[in-house]
Amino acid sequence: MAAAFDEMKGHDGDEIRPAYGELSRWLSEVPPDVLDYRRREAELIFRRIGITFAVYGEADATERLIPFDVIPRIMSGSEWRLLEKGLTQRVNALNMFIKDVYGAREILRAGIIPEDLVYRNPAFRPEMNGQRVPHDIYVHIAGIDIIRVDAETFYVLEDNARTPSGVSYMLENREIMMRLFPELFSRHRIAPVENYPDELLRSLKSVAPLSTPREPTVVLLTPGVFNSAYYEHSFLADKLGVELVEGRDLFVKDEIVYMRTTQGPQRVDVIYRRVDDDFIDPLTFRSDSVLGVPGLMSAYAAGNVTLANAVGTGIADDKAVYSFMPQIVKFYLGEEPLLKNVPTWRCREEEHLKYVLDHLPELVVKEVHGSGGYGMLIGPTASKIAIEQFRAKLKAAPNNFIAQPTLALSTSPTCVEEGVAPRHVDLRPFVLTGRNGVRIVPGGLTRVALKKGSLVVNSSQGGGTKDTWVLDG
Amino acid sequence: MLSRTADNLYWLSRYVERAEYLARILDATQRLSALPLAYVGASNEWESAVLTAGCATGFFKLYDEANEENVTDYLAFSTANSSSIRSCFEAARHNARAVRTALTMEMWDAINGTWLELKRYGNGPTSREEFSRFLRWVQESSLRYDGSAYRTMLRSDAYWFSRLGVYMERADNTARILDVKYHLLLPDNERVGGPLDYFQWAAILRSVSALTAYHWVYRDSLKPWLVADLLILKDELPRSLSSCYEAIVRNLDQIAGTYGRQGAAQRQARGMRTRLQNSKMDGIFQRGLHEFIGEFITENNRLGGAITEQFLL
Repeated sequence: MAAAFDEMKGHDGDEIRPAYGELSRWLSEVPPDVLDYRRREAELIFRRIGITFAVYGEADATERLIPFDVIPRIMSGSEWRLLEKGLTQRVNALNMFIKDVYGAREILRAGIIPEDLVYRNPAFRPEMNGQRVPHDIYVHIAGIDIIRVDAETFYVLEDNARTPSGVSYMLENREIMMRLFPELFSRHRIAPVENYPDELLRSLKSVAPLSTPREPTVVLLTPGVFNSAYYEHSFLADKLGVELVEGRDLFVKDEIVYMRTTQGPQRVDVIYRRVDDDFIDPLTFRSDSVLGVPGLMSAYAAGNVTLANAVGTGIADDKAVYSFMPQIVKFYLGEEPLLKNVPTWRCREEEHLKYVLDHLPELVVKEVHGSGGYGMLIGPTASKIAIEQFRAKLKAAPNNFIAQPTLALSTSPTCVEEGVAPRHVDLRPFVLTGRNGVRIVPGGLTRVALKKGSLVVNSSQGGGTKDTWVLDG
Repeated sequence: MLSRTADNLYWLSRYVERAEYLARILDATQRLSALPLAYVGASNEWESAVLTAGCATGFFKLYDEANEENVTDYLAFSTANSSSIRSCFEAARHNARAVRTALTMEMWDAINGTWLELKRYGNGPTSREEFSRFLRWVQESSLRYDGSAYRTMLRSDAYWFSRLGVYMERADNTARILDVKYHLLLPDNERVGGPLDYFQWAAILRSVSALTAYHWVYRDSLKPWLVADLLILKDELPRSLSSCYEAIVRNLDQIAGTYGRQGAAQRQARGMRTRLQNSKMDGIFQRGLHEFIGEFITENNRLGGAITEQFLL
């Protein structure tokens, strides 16, 4: 693995890239204990506000803080514009793809994507076949994970088209940075992110069922306080000014969705749902779910309520489907993809599998339906035993895996025990799609792997977050 | 607003109010039990505290007899007791978290801060001094929550539901003390108990933070029937049954006014308020103080049910 590209110092480490000029000067001026003091101050504020997340499988740590790094990650305006165009293109293609999969299926008939990859995919929802959704928008909110390997090259690592989370950290990180470092802000011109909730609400309202005769009622559906992202749900509901509902707050009568209020039932038009497909309606999907709303799918099928994101978008999250994204973009838009895909071997294909088995120690192998950094093998850092165990798993069910080269994620200066040091980062911008097109608030959530040399940025695996600055010009 | 949100707000306030009440009971009991036996007689104050807290059934499943150590633990720190101070604060914070969006930052800060600090007290105090500090801290936490609600919340249904929780809980708590200690307050008790009971009366007043208030209202030494009068009928005392019902009726009326609809809860509350207004202590004593309190507790629970049915489901 070649030396990683550093966001501040480039490849060779002997120049400061222009966007980092002021920050670099500031870092050399500021006494180290001030950074540490600010870091602890930030932690205190986060704890106080209650910005916590839960880690599944850890009984005693039901509420933890995601570590916050006080050194921002900076992008120039021109870098951002490049990304913005690429993201818009990609999400447009995703929406057309999902519409096609549940509609005319032209891409399957054209033989570009193998049929069984769609039909036998656990994220495929036959219930959605032939179902129209308002304005043909399926993915209203997308979180596209981006990594960078050099000055010009960005790769898409993952498309999160179901219920991407993390946007509350994008917003809170900015708030806290402005509070802790007003001086640093006055030295830069940074594109604001605080209008995200406003843009989100506008998008959600714009996709209300066509029959909605009045100002649509929007709600945010959460699995409840025990969900790992509950803080974010309540935070967003508050910023949007909409009710934060649980399944038991809603009911369906005559194919219309209502919420239970102190003044009786009130009709609901748009549900920004943070509950997975599987749990959303016990009558249609998992019957043991208590998080969902019985009959919701019937109201949805009748066109009386909009779900954001639509049901069945998980098909685009699949990592084997991901590997076809360049073809998907070309097929629907007739354009070359602006954002690259990481080269991907599909273990379901014999030749690919052979290559992967022969090169396990150099590759990253992931489950096609996995997320959160669970169940993956990172070849270069894994022990021999772990590799052999994984080999057995892979051979037993090759369809479940894809493999990618180990990419040198770019690094960004980060506050760690021994001072300021480079750590690997990625970026999750949040892409909103409404009736009037795509909107992206400049920036996103930068995640950072705090352990030296680690490439895993997931918060559930010890990753932290940073504020992300997009500069003017 | 969502019924569940109203429900959470209502219970959040009830739990905080209950925690404060428990702290007052423990404080008063500690004082009584520190007196020489000659002043308080042979009664077991710790057992009485468990009764007043309404936790007797659960408590005696775990313990054969009540003493300072096990009552303190059960009422303040036990996780086995769903109404211990710790459980109340846990439940309050759980409710608060479920309705973050309906709380002001100050309210959240008060309740979340309390919950975070609660961990500092671990599994109980190491000394009486520390326990006293703990009890004071509980009361201050409740005051802080109450004050932040009062000073920062919009005057809308969310506020009124949270106030309803406070007053419903308070009425229940005051009635419980009266229910356990009523025999000390009968008019002929002064002759029977004599000065022995002075400290008991003082303890009752202290449990509802009314000892100073008593002297201001009556300008007299402690007399049991006046203590009963103060706790039941005096509108001026914030923890009297009468004052609680004045507030319950007012908050229910605000809700009815905003929603443009009256219901069973409003009618019942007004009925009880009228009854309290038309009562005199003489009459209550003649008909039986204990019966009066018993009926009140039943009616108060019935009103709780009516509020739930009308708004919170």
